[in-house]
Amino acid sequence: MASDLAIDVRGLTKHFGKKVAVDHVDIAVPQGEVWGFLGPNGSGKTTTIRMLCGLLHPDDGRGTCLGLDVITQSEQIKREVGYMTQKFSFWEDLSIRENLEFVARLYGLPDREAKVDHTLQRLGLVKRQKQLAGELSGGWKQRMALAACMLHEPKLLLLDEPTAGVDPKARRDFWEEIHALSEEGLTVLVSTHYMDEAERCDRIVYILNGKLIAKGTVNEVIAQSGLTTFVLEGEHVRRFLQKIQGQPGVDYAGFFGAALRVSGRDRIALEKTIAPYKNEAGVTVSETKPNLEDVFIHLQEDAK
Amino acid sequence: MSNTFSFARVYAILLKEFLQMRRDRITLAMIVGVPLMQLFLFGFAINFNPKALPTVISVDDPGVFARAVIVALENSSYFNIVKETHSPQEARRLLQEGKVLFAVEIPENFTRDIVRGNPPDLLIEADATDTAAGSYAIAALTGIASTALRDDLKGPLATRAQTAPPFNTVTHLLYNPESVTQYSIVPGLLAVILTMTMVLMTCLALTRERERGTYENLLAMPASPVEIMLGKIAPNIAVGAIQSAIILIVAKFVFGVPMIGSLLLLSVALALYIVANLAVGYTFSTVAENQLQAMQMMVFFLLPTILLSGFAFPFDGMPGWAQWIGEALPATHFLRIVRGILLKDNGFPEIWPDLWPLILFMFVVMGIALARFRRTLD
Repeated sequence: MASDLAIDVRGLTKHFGKKVAVDHVDIAVPQGEVWGFLGPNGSGKTTTIRMLCGLLHPDDGRGTCLGLDVITQSEQIKREVGYMTQKFSFWEDLSIRENLEFVARLYGLPDREAKVDHTLQRLGLVKRQKQLAGELSGGWKQRMALAACMLHEPKLLLLDEPTAGVDPKARRDFWEEIHALSEEGLTVLVSTHYMDEAERCDRIVYILNGKLIAKGTVNEVIAQSGLTTFVLEGEHVRRFLQKIQGQPGVDYAGFFGAALRVSGRDRIALEKTIAPYKNEAGVTVSETKPNLEDVFIHLQEDAK
Repeated sequence: MSNTFSFARVYAILLKEFLQMRRDRITLAMIVGVPLMQLFLFGFAINFNPKALPTVISVDDPGVFARAVIVALENSSYFNIVKETHSPQEARRLLQEGKVLFAVEIPENFTRDIVRGNPPDLLIEADATDTAAGSYAIAALTGIASTALRDDLKGPLATRAQTAPPFNTVTHLLYNPESVTQYSIVPGLLAVILTMTMVLMTCLALTRERERGTYENLLAMPASPVEIMLGKIAPNIAVGAIQSAIILIVAKFVFGVPMIGSLLLLSVALALYIVANLAVGYTFSTVAENQLQAMQMMVFFLLPTILLSGFAFPFDGMPGWAQWIGEALPATHFLRIVRGILLKDNGFPEIWPDLWPLILFMFVVMGIALARFRRTLD
């Protein structure tokens, strides 16, 4: 086993009843990298993360997390990993400080007071430390949760949609913190639905219906998709959507602002379909580099 | 317009309630289970006129009349003679330990004195810690005295039967001589109130975490099931201690319940009883999916505790199956311990037969809780 991999799992599988939630997923995250974990709702992201931190027993597959076996050493993994749940899961009737002290005691941290003070400071929570967690807004809650799961100085952070429902400024601050942590050598696996966040990651993995179907840097994933995208702009482009959908070569068409984006893998067929619109008055057609959203929507449509 | 009353909307809500009810299996079980349970318990288990009460006879007279009295006692169906002894001391000890409710002493020369026309005393000592248990049996005694020897007093002795009873019955109500109902009810309330509040305190322990989403977080951190259980139970021991103190103070100063036994011993028993009940609640919380289910489970535990423990109705009056269920409940044993210590001045040896079942119960229930506890979200 390579010791420079923070996460190294193969064939990770989990069933819930008859449904396969996670289907033979391989993930290998080198230490110190920030990986984005993407995929639609119910695709198996949370289940995968829970298996990595020992909250769920995999039905199949094996591997390690920080060099610890995910099947047999889940209790040790819990000590080494910081896991932030999708839903805020700290005690709302405790203050920020009380929550952090509780966590510090559970981990049996030495110099508890000092560590809590330091973490509060680092995340700018000093002034609010006496506020009840339940009274905090989404952004502060998320910050407190991050503080709590960093308190025991984990080597790996597993963050499950940490920025869902958080305003853009708070999201940006949050990501600055993530990158600062990663510079200190922390490995981060973060699931998200936001494309801009995916672009902040060293690498992304995309999971759909429990299967891992794309992996690499953002550019690699875009290139792998083999997608061609055209943008139709102009006053009346909205009229074309109905007509264009389902035409040869068009895998996906949709609006992005006032522009109509049309994507497909069959470049030649797509160009043929698009061609007539170039002659429409007041419409400009241009080719553009597909973005992650195009790719993901394409992947999702493709699977149907 | 939309504010006018609409049956369609009432129907919509009704329909939704039914759909939800159908998916909540425990509520369904409650709807059927609680009335059935109450019917069976009240209908079959409870007996306001308990018969076949455990009785010890100490007899020091070999004569026929002594034998006839014993037969008459048994025939009355109120007394079940579990032991015959020559020693009044042993009879008293069985009474003290709560093994019997009555100790009947047939004195030396019983038969001779009757023949001589010198009515002897038949001494009946009754345990009055549970005032309801023995009252009918005591009332039946007078009848027994006048009729027991009717068939045996023949020939020259026949005149003895026609006048006053050939022997006197002397009844001593021990431990609660004035038969004050409060003396048996108030210590019983200690058992019932503690069960009610202690089970309630912990039955929400994990379900609350589960409902608020904090359960996942708790599991993700390094805390073992035993640590979580003990940490959840421990603070409630203080709650139980405060409640016990309140109940005992009121019992003493408002109801005047005598407290002649060791309060230290009572505290030990109280601590065990409190932990046993907290463990029951905690076990419910490992099983229940939400707080409502946990509360419903509590009701299922509380009903037999009130009805079958000997608190509300005499334990000895219940049929065998009900007594078996009762023996499995901590309240039954604790009730005997409390009445024993407060009213009878029982010491450790006398309460031990009811103390070990409490300890056993506590460990079994904790074992179930730990077995039920999942370290994962599977």
